[in-house]
Amino acid sequence: MFPPDFLRRFIRKRAPEAGTIRLQRQRIHILPTGTGILYAVTLLAMLIGAINYDLGLGHALVFLLASLALVSMVHCHKNLLGLKLRALENPPVHAGETAQFHLLAAAPDARPALEWRIDETPGEETPHPAQILHLPGNVETHFCLGMAARRRGWLVLPRLVVQSRYPLGLFCAWSHPWPEARCLVYPRPIFMPLPPGQPIGKSGAWPSREGDDDFAGLRERQSADSLRHIAWKAAARDGGEKPLLIKLFSGGAKAELWLDWTQLNVDVETRVSLLAGWVIRAEEAGYAYGLSLPGVRFAPARGAFHKHRCLKALALYAPAPGAAAARN
Amino acid sequence: MKRRLRFWRREGTVAPSLYLAHIHLPWLGAAVLTTTLPHIYHLPVWLAASIVSLLLYSAMQWRRGYRVTPAWIRILLVLLACAGIAFQYGFNPGRDSGVAMLAVLSSMKLMELKDRRDSVVLLMLCHFLLLTHYFYSQNLLTGLWLIFSTLIVTATLLHIHADARVSIRPLLAFAARLICQALPFMLALYLLFPRISGPLWGMPQDAYGARTGLGDSMSPGSISRLYDDDAIALRVQFSGVVPPRRQLYWRGPVFNYYDGRVWRNGDFSMRPPAVEKRGQPLRYVMTLEAHQRNWLLPLEMPDPRAIGLESRMSASGVLWSVQPILVRTRVEMLSYPDYRLEVNLSPNRRTDNLQLPENYNPRTRALAASWREETADPRQLAARALDYFQRENFFYTLDPPLSGANAVDDFLFNTRLGFCEHYAAAFVTLMRAAGVPARVVTGYLGGELNPIDGFLVVRQSAAHAWAEIWIAGEGWRRIDPTAAIPEDRVAADVRAARLITAPEFAGQAVGWLQQARYRWEAMNNRWNQWVLGYTPERQREILAALGLADPSLRHILLALVAVMGVLTLGFAFWLLYPRRAKPVDSALRVWQKALIWLRKNGVATPRWETPLALAQRLSARHPALLNLAQLVYAARYEGQTPKSASLRQALNAVKQSGGRPTANSGKSRA
Repeated sequence: MFPPDFLRRFIRKRAPEAGTIRLQRQRIHILPTGTGILYAVTLLAMLIGAINYDLGLGHALVFLLASLALVSMVHCHKNLLGLKLRALENPPVHAGETAQFHLLAAAPDARPALEWRIDETPGEETPHPAQILHLPGNVETHFCLGMAARRRGWLVLPRLVVQSRYPLGLFCAWSHPWPEARCLVYPRPIFMPLPPGQPIGKSGAWPSREGDDDFAGLRERQSADSLRHIAWKAAARDGGEKPLLIKLFSGGAKAELWLDWTQLNVDVETRVSLLAGWVIRAEEAGYAYGLSLPGVRFAPARGAFHKHRCLKALALYAPAPGAAAARN
Repeated sequence: MKRRLRFWRREGTVAPSLYLAHIHLPWLGAAVLTTTLPHIYHLPVWLAASIVSLLLYSAMQWRRGYRVTPAWIRILLVLLACAGIAFQYGFNPGRDSGVAMLAVLSSMKLMELKDRRDSVVLLMLCHFLLLTHYFYSQNLLTGLWLIFSTLIVTATLLHIHADARVSIRPLLAFAARLICQALPFMLALYLLFPRISGPLWGMPQDAYGARTGLGDSMSPGSISRLYDDDAIALRVQFSGVVPPRRQLYWRGPVFNYYDGRVWRNGDFSMRPPAVEKRGQPLRYVMTLEAHQRNWLLPLEMPDPRAIGLESRMSASGVLWSVQPILVRTRVEMLSYPDYRLEVNLSPNRRTDNLQLPENYNPRTRALAASWREETADPRQLAARALDYFQRENFFYTLDPPLSGANAVDDFLFNTRLGFCEHYAAAFVTLMRAAGVPARVVTGYLGGELNPIDGFLVVRQSAAHAWAEIWIAGEGWRRIDPTAAIPEDRVAADVRAARLITAPEFAGQAVGWLQQARYRWEAMNNRWNQWVLGYTPERQREILAALGLADPSLRHILLALVAVMGVLTLGFAFWLLYPRRAKPVDSALRVWQKALIWLRKNGVATPRWETPLALAQRLSARHPALLNLAQLVYAARYEGQTPKSASLRQALNAVKQSGGRPTANSGKSRA
């Protein structure tokens, strides 16, 4: 596996680079592989044989093979030279899922058998899975590198390794491109029943009946739901075996739901997870929901953007120093 | 320990780079096939058959979806092979048994390929097997096979490290390109790598296979067995004119002791005889094929001091190399065709050369004694003997009847059928019986001049035996009794006829077959001079010719490092220097040619203008441009790659149309 451990300390750490990275020869390293060393040992044995038995053609063969190795070294270097890499936007994931970093690689000519992976940090046990790519010339190729998203917040793409043993496997050239990329990690959601809604308008009914125009679907009934919305027909079909279902309607005036930090009284991470779960549920149920965190307040709304806004706020929520202690 | 292993293999993971695909296996099979195939020749039949069946088995395995053969079968097979090889070759490890083992193991390795590591090990075995071919043959064909098999093995190595979906042709093409790029480096290494003349240690007994040639002794049949052997014994390149055939006696071992059955060398004195050189010397370079003995085969009579090899001349005038000629050897020599050898013969040596076994060949002795009564002059006695061969009904044949206890008597009085050995032996016996010191000389006679490269080729079939008699005041004088046989008495034997009546080589009419053969041998000879005869001495010569006179090891190494460094830098620059990428599709390339032509003719072709827009703008002057533009579009956007012929046609149409456009039509919108 390249780079070998003993060499790591000598490779200069660079900062992540924005934009397109182009691999220049200064940052391409090369070393013989195990195969290369075996090859060298074989050649040495063959040379000794050729000298001992005075084989002119044997000399020629050994020199041809040695020259091939030399030539393949330059080709190996060339396989990485001028490679272009840039990072794309990455879709957010939830903590506990695998973040996919989307990357685009290109080269002026064909580059077979490039191995991409995320460089392991010294503490890590298992290396990240590698991705083998055969780049055709002149075309940007899209590929993804996965990385486990453990905690909410921004997951910054660590340094990468791109390596190539092409053409003969005797040498391994590698480089450490480090494109600037990050992936938003939403909190790991914990699903709990939604909190009771707050009445909107004058009717005080919740969910309001007046605007219920179009049947939009069914969901599992929760204790706070009105009896009027229960899908009795469905319940009759099931013979009462399954939980009761609630009919959902869209287009009408929605229930207004406040997901409030202060409604919960647990530690910060659990709170964040619970709120994230509520956000997802509320969005699924089609409620207008607002989010209120210390210092952040989103008015009730619906839709993908609102959901993202809320989850992002939760992902990036950092309690003010001392504030959490005071609240508990 | 585990920590240390991590460099090569991280536990618990098989990196994707180690993955071996099903499609890799035929390549590995091909690599094994090309490297073991030539060995089939000199392996015992059972071994060759088992290698072939192992290969077939692997091919079948591959067809059925490859699976590693169970360990017990593999172990059983290895044990069987070991036992068989031990039985065949004995228990002492030698060259042949090593090669056999290597060949079997590499074909067995095909049965247990698990990942890329196994295949790499297999390929290393293949590389080593390639080397072992040269134990047996190093000729031009083997050299060509070297290129081919290196190509296959390299392509295999390439295949398992590249995109597995690549098809055969581009893969082979890229491997060939790699080899071509490696050739200059190889040449530099070949010329400059300091050569050490082997062997580095004692070699197994079978290091050099049995090769025929002249022998230590002469008994009837020892030379004639060579007549069927067309192998080359030596090649000679004269620096001046090639001397006439009757001077081309290549002097080999001399025999002066006869025990009634076999002629041997009884003169072990290594004190060189006095050689009186007269006339102009002949200068030549001789390439001796390995014959495992020490004698060199110079033209009579060589100057022992002017030999480019550590050598000595024995008392009987045989030139001995200090080291046996174990490999093809190139020697510079100087010979004086006009010479006097050992004018003063000491009494001891005189007696030695009069030795005859008692109680053998009484009739011969009687005949010689009767001649002796007539004259004591060695010249007349010799003439008498030759006259006897001519006058009596002596025939030359390669199939003489077996002779009894008195071989010479039988030959001279009964059978009168024989070949050079019989004639030489009988002649020397007669001379000795008549009191003239005489001895048998063996060697080669004549040679074929290759008109292509001017080398004189002497084959084993030119082996010959002749006689020398000692004449007071004149020294040893060569007499070839076989030459006394009239041509019409040479038995109807083509080979024998060739030996006796071979025409002078000047003005020979050569057929195309002979011509082709000469050409081939000339090529082979050049090959030998450069590949096989490239010894430390020759390396020094070449380096001196390149201006590195008498270089030390350090200088050679420095030169090697410098040349390799320059070559590597040059190659890296050539390969890595960014070049403008060529358009991928042929239509676009032709379009760009058209643009260049238009620009040359003063038409502005701005970069932003699409082919169709340009063609429409210039449709008045260059109507043919429209056709070309449509072809370009077809190639680019409709996926219809046009034929190169139609592209060329369209380009020519553009060039013919319109001629030189006027300036304002072209530049109106630029």
